[in-house]
Amino acid sequence: MMTMTKQTLSHLDWLEAEAIHIMREVAGQCERPVLLFSGGKDSICMLRIAEKAFRPGKFPFPLMHIDTGHNYQEVVDFRDKRAAELGERLIVRSVEDSMKRGTVVLKTPDESRNKHQAVTLLEAIAEFEFDCCIGGARRDEEKARAKERVMSFRDEFGSWDPKNQRPELWSLYNARVHRGENIRAFPISNWTEMDVWQYIEREQLELPTIYFAHTRPVVMRQGAIVPVNVPLANGEVLNQPKAGEAIIDLEVRFRTVGDIPCTAPVISDADTVEKIVIETATTTITERGATRLDDQTSEASMEQRKKEGYF
Amino acid sequence: MSAHENIQDNGLLRFMTCGSVDDGKSTLIGRLLYDTKTILVDTLNAIEKTSKKRGMEAVDLSLLTDGLQAEREQGITIDVAYRYFSTGTRKYIIADAPGHEQYTRNMVTAASTADLAIILIDARKGVLTQTRRHSYLAHLVNIPHIVVAVNKMDLIDFDQAKFDAIVADYKAFIAKMGLFADGRDIQFIPMSALNGDNLVDRSEVMSWYQGPTLLELLETAPSAHAGRSEAFRFPVQFVCRPQDSANPDLHDYRGFQGRIESGAVKVGDLLAALPNGRESRVKAVQIGGVDIGEGVTEQSVTILLEDEIDISRGDMLVKAGEQPAQQKEIDAMLCWLSETPLSPARTYLIRHTTRTSKAKLTGVAFKVDVNSQEHVDATTLAMNDIAKVGFKLAQPLFADPYSVNRATGAFIVIDESNNNTVGAGMIV
Repeated sequence: MMTMTKQTLSHLDWLEAEAIHIMREVAGQCERPVLLFSGGKDSICMLRIAEKAFRPGKFPFPLMHIDTGHNYQEVVDFRDKRAAELGERLIVRSVEDSMKRGTVVLKTPDESRNKHQAVTLLEAIAEFEFDCCIGGARRDEEKARAKERVMSFRDEFGSWDPKNQRPELWSLYNARVHRGENIRAFPISNWTEMDVWQYIEREQLELPTIYFAHTRPVVMRQGAIVPVNVPLANGEVLNQPKAGEAIIDLEVRFRTVGDIPCTAPVISDADTVEKIVIETATTTITERGATRLDDQTSEASMEQRKKEGYF
Repeated sequence: MSAHENIQDNGLLRFMTCGSVDDGKSTLIGRLLYDTKTILVDTLNAIEKTSKKRGMEAVDLSLLTDGLQAEREQGITIDVAYRYFSTGTRKYIIADAPGHEQYTRNMVTAASTADLAIILIDARKGVLTQTRRHSYLAHLVNIPHIVVAVNKMDLIDFDQAKFDAIVADYKAFIAKMGLFADGRDIQFIPMSALNGDNLVDRSEVMSWYQGPTLLELLETAPSAHAGRSEAFRFPVQFVCRPQDSANPDLHDYRGFQGRIESGAVKVGDLLAALPNGRESRVKAVQIGGVDIGEGVTEQSVTILLEDEIDISRGDMLVKAGEQPAQQKEIDAMLCWLSETPLSPARTYLIRHTTRTSKAKLTGVAFKVDVNSQEHVDATTLAMNDIAKVGFKLAQPLFADPYSVNRATGAFIVIDESNNNTVGAGMIV
């Protein structure tokens, strides 16, 4: 009996089904994949998708975080807790170890370590011989990402060549690589910030607390809100105010979570997922425009970092 | 359930725009994004700044989609860009492909996932060579819905007679070429993207047009599979066997994981596993280990069968009595995507659903001139060429004609030396 299709999947169901399909293609095509999990909202969605794709089995890949050493403690704690709850293996590789090896050299001690994650990531790929890294990047985040493939080829130096990408047609993904090369797979390429928040709401996903409105000391620096005096687990205090800067207590939340020196919060009183969904629907500033200090250096800075092996 | 989930969700529509910058394609996309409040203030400020820097008076909305450094430097679009917007009831993915002849492969790429194509015609120029090319490619890749947008009506004084003449011209052209002869949904809209006439808001100056606006068409276009009677096709991606789990209930668990490419499946259905043809009834349909009873088209599910059958990635579950042909020789329309020409001497890989097979070209029947649709003799193909070809395969494919099923009729060709995707094929 042929079946008449009457039912249309809701947009979230469709996006979820596509993401599951992509993750299973990675599992089916690649020998040693890994899922990058930072504890951020996009990678939290990715874990739920992996559960829907592979349960009751275990994930056919470990989780990995490239830790800059400058992440919010709440997020690091959440990362460890979530991996333990899922019973999945979590690998952590640290930029600070790359600094000790001398493969990462900072220009200044307080420089953002965000772009240096690329070096540590490539070292981890070599160490574990990963042939595919699954990441939570989305095309709506940034212009260079808008032209990224779902399965994006990287040569043995981890480089992305935007002018020479593999054509990607239908849902026939090509994750084939030779030894030393790798694929970056992006199952939620077609999701927007709004989709992510709606999915978090629908699936009732738990998030690190810094995504919700809270009061913290900040200074205003070049138009951005910069959190100051952020304590790290090792006792260090990051982002000390500069001379002459006035510290104020503001009610803020983070829209993206990354390396502390390059991530700024936004003013918000949204303390529930539902309020954040409403705020996301009415905001006038883009996700990265508001909050990523590293993307504003030049119009092409994301593209530049990606060419160098960044996610 | 929260407040915004009460709004009816009309799913997701993927569409593409065919045209050049001169046709106002970027203006059209920019308008859709702007009028649906997708472009935010900081993005608009950034492109305003760049437009001014280049000495332009108006904001150049093409800067929104041209994301790569080389594209911005050269002022051209090189690659397909994907943009997103939502109306609250439906989510949209726009594939914006450059329209020039040398980018045929990009158009085919964008078309491969599109449910609807907007073909732009400049009202002053009417049906041009590029209109024919875009229409042929939309026809070839079998996009279910076609919207012919006659743009820049403001520049021909919103003249109904001129619009009617272009529509008649276009209809004559597709009838002559045999395009969209399968009764596909084709709509014509007189439009001014610059002023927003008939895009989101109804045009007051063109009251003679009583049809839907572009956004109304997008909002109501049925999704690709809706209302169609389709056979169940389930290519197996991955097999879930959690034997080593601590839970003894799972020791015999064998879940076949994949996406329902067409049709539907429910508990009790009698399925056949290809290639071995063995049959068994569906014991459960699950997502993430949770029973859902039945699965529908485009859903990614796990299927459990009552009997133990050897099934692995590359196999396909279908309904008993609805088997597709098992083919070791195929005829196909092939678009060549690589700078290295197709070699009749070499062995390639063909990826079809989740199955990969070695393949060799058996011959090129003819090449198609994308501008005139004339058939030309050829023995090999260069980048952007489209041809009817034959392949023989080492492993059989479980294939339907592309015109019947896009998912089980499509394949890609892979060059094993560098693993590049070099061809896109549609089984005839």
